[in-house]
This record gives sequence, C-alpha cells and structure tokens, in this order.
Amino acid sequence: MSRVELINVSKQYGPLRVLNDVSLTIETGEVIAIIGRSGSGKSTLLRCLNGLEPIQSGTIMIDGVKVNDPDTDLRKLRQNVGIVFQSFNLFPHLSVSDNITLAPRLVLKQSPDQARKIAADVLARVGLADKIDAMPQQLSGGQQQRVAIARSLAMNPQLMLFDEVTSALDPELTGEVLRVLEGVAREGMTMILVTHEMGFARHFATRIVFMHEGKVWEQGPVAETLSHPQTAELKSFLDAVLN
Amino acid sequence: MIREFGTGDIVYLVFAARWTLALTALAFAGGAIVGLTLAVLRISPLAPLRFLASLYIQIVQGTPLLVWLFLFYFGLSIAGLPVNAWTAAALAYSIYGGAFLGEIWRGALIAVAPTQWEAGASLGLTYVQQMRHIIMPQAVRIATPPTIGFLVQLIKNTSLAATIGFVELTREGQLTSASTYKPFAVYITVACIYFLICFPLTQWSRRLEERFNVAR
Amino acid sequence: MKYGLQFRDVFAAWEFLLEGLAVTLALSVCTMVLGFFLGLACACARTYGGARFKQAVTVYIETIRNTPLLVQIFLLYFGLPSLGLRLEGFDAALIALVINLGAYSTEIIRAGLEAIPKSQIEAGQSLGLTPWQIFRYIIVFPALKAMYPALSSQFILLMLATSVVSQISVQDLFHVGSIIQSRTFRDFEVYTVIGCIYLALAFMMRGVFAVIYRQVFAR
Repeated sequence: MSRVELINVSKQYGPLRVLNDVSLTIETGEVIAIIGRSGSGKSTLLRCLNGLEPIQSGTIMIDGVKVNDPDTDLRKLRQNVGIVFQSFNLFPHLSVSDNITLAPRLVLKQSPDQARKIAADVLARVGLADKIDAMPQQLSGGQQQRVAIARSLAMNPQLMLFDEVTSALDPELTGEVLRVLEGVAREGMTMILVTHEMGFARHFATRIVFMHEGKVWEQGPVAETLSHPQTAELKSFLDAVLN
Repeated sequence: MIREFGTGDIVYLVFAARWTLALTALAFAGGAIVGLTLAVLRISPLAPLRFLASLYIQIVQGTPLLVWLFLFYFGLSIAGLPVNAWTAAALAYSIYGGAFLGEIWRGALIAVAPTQWEAGASLGLTYVQQMRHIIMPQAVRIATPPTIGFLVQLIKNTSLAATIGFVELTREGQLTSASTYKPFAVYITVACIYFLICFPLTQWSRRLEERFNVAR
Repeated sequence: MKYGLQFRDVFAAWEFLLEGLAVTLALSVCTMVLGFFLGLACACARTYGGARFKQAVTVYIETIRNTPLLVQIFLLYFGLPSLGLRLEGFDAALIALVINLGAYSTEIIRAGLEAIPKSQIEAGQSLGLTPWQIFRYIIVFPALKAMYPALSSQFILLMLATSVVSQISVQDLFHVGSIIQSRTFRDFEVYTVIGCIYLALAFMMRGVFAVIYRQVFAR
C-alpha cells in the first residue's frame, strides 16, 4: 500500500479550476519536491492532503484512509500527517515548550513530563535545545520555522508536508531550516515539499513533480528531470528559476 | 424643608457612587455571560446559530436602553411577576450590554488570524481545544482595551436606572437637588464624581490600546 | 391575576404616538446637523489648530465623554435656572444633545481628516493650491467617505439616546409612551410598541444612510 495516493483529484474555487484531474502516488520514505509557478495549484494540493481544503471530485488516500470521506476522522488522520506552513503559525502567546507540547498533551493524552521530554528531544534535533522556554517573538524567523518543524515532529507523524517553508525567510536564514529538513529526510520520513529551493531538491528529493495549470505536468527522478526536462513548460520554468 | 448644600452632601454623593459601581459590576457580569455566548454563536459554523445571535444584536442595538429598563420594571410587574428595581436593572443591562460586548468580543475572535485555527486543526486539536488553548487567550488580549471602554459606557449608562427609581449616584443627585434647591451645584458634583471614576478607566484603555498596537 | 396582552389601547393612540415620533425626529435631525458642524469645528481645531485650541477641545471632549448624558441634560435644564438662565425643555435637550454629539463626532471626524495621506496634501501644495483649496478639493470628499460609516453609526446611537429627553418632560416618542402607559396601564404593550418604533426608525436610518453612501460615494 502506498503512503499517499491521489486519484483523479479535482478542485475548484467557483469557476476557477485549481486542481485538474491530478493523480499521484507516493511511497514510504520518498521525498517529493513539488515545483511550479504561483497559481499552479501546488500549495492547494498540499492543503488538500490533510483536509484543510475540500476537493470536489477524486480520491485522496493516506495509508489507506480516504481523506475526503465525510466519515473519516480528520483529527485522527492529522495525528499522522504533520504540516509546516510558510508563515510558521506558532502560537504567539505560548512559549516554545508549550507550543510543542500542546498537541501531544491534548490529542495524544501524554503527561506534561512525557511531552516536555519529547519536546526537548525534537528541539535538539532541530538544533534549538536551549530555546525551550523562549517566546516565539524572541526568536528569528529561521528559529521560529525550526520550532514549527519540531512542533510537527513531536506528534511523530508518518508523513510530513512542507508548504514553501523557506519563502518567508531572509536568505541567510534559509540555510538553517534546510539543514533541519535534510536531517528529517535522512531519518527516512516521507516528505512532500512545495518549494522553490532547487538546491535542496537536487540533493535530497527522490522525485520532482512539476505542476502547471492545476495538473501534474511532468515528474521523475530529480537529477534527470531537472537536467533533461521533457516538456516546454518545465523547460521555460527552469530557465526562469535557475537564471 | 430646604437645607444647605454642604460638604456633607458632597460626601454623601460620593458614597452614593458605590451603588453605581455595584450595579455596573452586576450589569457587566450579566452582560459578559450574554456577550460571550453571542460572540461564540456569531462565529459558529452553524448558520442558524449565527443568524439568531445576529438578530438579537440587531434588535437590541436598535432600541434605546430606557425601553428595556421600563419594559422590565413596569412591564413585568404589571404582568404579575415580582420585579424590583435591582432585578429589572440587572436584566435590562445584561440584555443591553450583552449585545455590545458580543460585538466587541466577536471582533476580537475574528481578529485572531485564521492561520492560528489552521495550525491548531493540523495538529489534530478539536474545535473546543483550539478555542480554549489557542484562540481565546489571544482574543482576550485584543478585546481588553475596547472592553474597558465599554465598561466606561456602562458606568455612564447606570445613570438611567435612576428613571426607574433605582437609587444610585444620579438618583441621589436628584433627591439632593430636591432638598437643597441647589441643582447646579449638585449636578456639577455628580458630574465630577462620574468623571473621576470614568476618566482613569478611559486613559487606561487608551494606554492598553497603544501598547497593544506597538506589540503587533 | 391573569394578564391578557391588549395592544388595542396603544394603537388607539396612534396620533399621539406620531406627535412624539415627530419630536424625536426633529430633535434627532437638528442635533445631527448642528452636532456635525460642532464636531467638524473641533476636529479642525484639533488637527490644524495651535496648542491652545487642542487643549480646549481635549478638555471639552474628555468632560463630555466621561459623564452621563442624563446628568448633562439635568445640568442644563435644572441647573442653569439657578444661575439665572431658564431654558425650555426642547431647547435644553437640543443644546445638551448637540454638545454631547459634538464631543463624540470630533474624534470620528478627526480620524476621517487624518486618513488622507500626507502625500495627497503635498501634491496639492506642489501644484500651488491654497490651504483652503486643498481642504475643499482634496480633503473634504475622501475624508467624508472615510468617516461616513462611523459617523452614521453614531447618528443612529444618538437618535436612540434622544429617548433620555423624556426625563425632562420633552414630549418625544418615549415620553408619549409614558403618558399612554399612565392612562391605559398597559405597560408591557406600550413599551413593546415604543421599542418597535425605535427599532423601525433605526433600520430606516441605516437604510437611508446606505442609500446616501451609494449615491454620493460609490459612483
């Protein structure tokens, strides 16, 4: 059973077709980089995967569970699917520790001590062990994003989604976040990243998916697809992006 | 018997203010319960609940406070229900204040970025958990300056309770004015007392507002 | 004692109600017009005036906004005569309401005036316009548009607040209600009807304001 399966997924906002008959399969341990111009539907695709956005037709399956089924317990699903947003979305009134332990305590019913120990672990993994009691406002953008990643990791998900997680950061801060992403990839996490970071994609993604006008336009192994694009659209996109 | 308006009267009026404050506290408590309910209903995912809350607010905000006071005081007692000035006032102010507080608090709830809801939902939290741990704490911070501003309104509004014979500062002013025949002095004193209560609160609300805007 | 709802007595006095309504409307409209200009004057003093003006306006606004309207009215109607100035009920009510509305309007109007970006004014100055011309042609219209929603809300609040003048025996809608109540003893019905009339008034005012906005500002 594949980890993630999208079968003929379509979505529209009124008259606008955002996703147009998208089909995609992702196996455990893969690191998928989704690239494309703005408006190509890549962020929307990600948000549909954990049920933040509904779809009008098609099927999305995660570990055999149908995401778009009204009977599906989305909360249970979301315990296994972590998502990190472009604007971090940390809870400003909670400390780093509270941000990370909130869901484990409330959803996984862990004890505060248990949760805090796990928080310390994940913070160490993202290189911020000493910031455990800081407030989000005291951290830089890069640090906040790493905390956001730690927050998702604390739930021990099987799949992690990353929605342009470095786009809102100053250039000098993206490095620290990318290093954390590398670490997560090395641990064997199944990851789907919507990204503009071609360098990261080249080194750590197993597959690249190029989206255009709501469709999966081209996909394939990273090195090959990037150096030998088959379609004109991908060619022109890469020209624009890499130059 | 006309008596002179002296310091004794001034002190007496100052102490009368405690009834104003007591009524304000009661009114705020009642209004808070109603307001909180309305605010939560207004952002409910269920349309009929939103509509009912909205209707309530529209009706209450379109009628004068005096109507509610008289309705509850005179209207209910004629209908045979035992109503004294305290009960009528408490009911009227709760119903009236609740509508305004509901609007203020709803504004605060929706001022919390939708992305905060999304982050909470994505972590698997229930609606109630999101409200309690993520949204409410932030909304309270946003709501505090305008709520204090509303408190000032409420203190001033309690003066209308005098019209149904409720004995608070304004009513005592009327009574004192009647027995001293010095209405100007009396009402200036009454105005000063209200000012001394309200002005510090108004300033506090403004300072909080500034601090909050800086922090954002 | 069983109490049956009986609206007939109230509706029978419809002409009287209409008279009261007329007084409420007259009072409201006059207050809105005069209060607006008072607020405009104070807002201009606040924005464009010197320190003395600013202070005076501040004292005025803070005094009015931190004391109840009822007390302000009592001061004018009961208080002034003891200083030698006796005012008619309607006049005292009007003056008190205008002073009250002026204080609240000042802030709203000032916000509207200050919503005009400085760059607009600088553009006007660069074109050689006089301060008055800048005010008339560049500031007035956008400022009115900016302050319109808050101001119209304030006006509706004012209309509802005029009910307070009933306490100094001005024959407004609310006072008429009290009189009908004292004759018919139909307290519940009377005040329900009065409340509905105010509600209808508020709705109509909102509608009128919306229409004016569309016609004037959203061309």
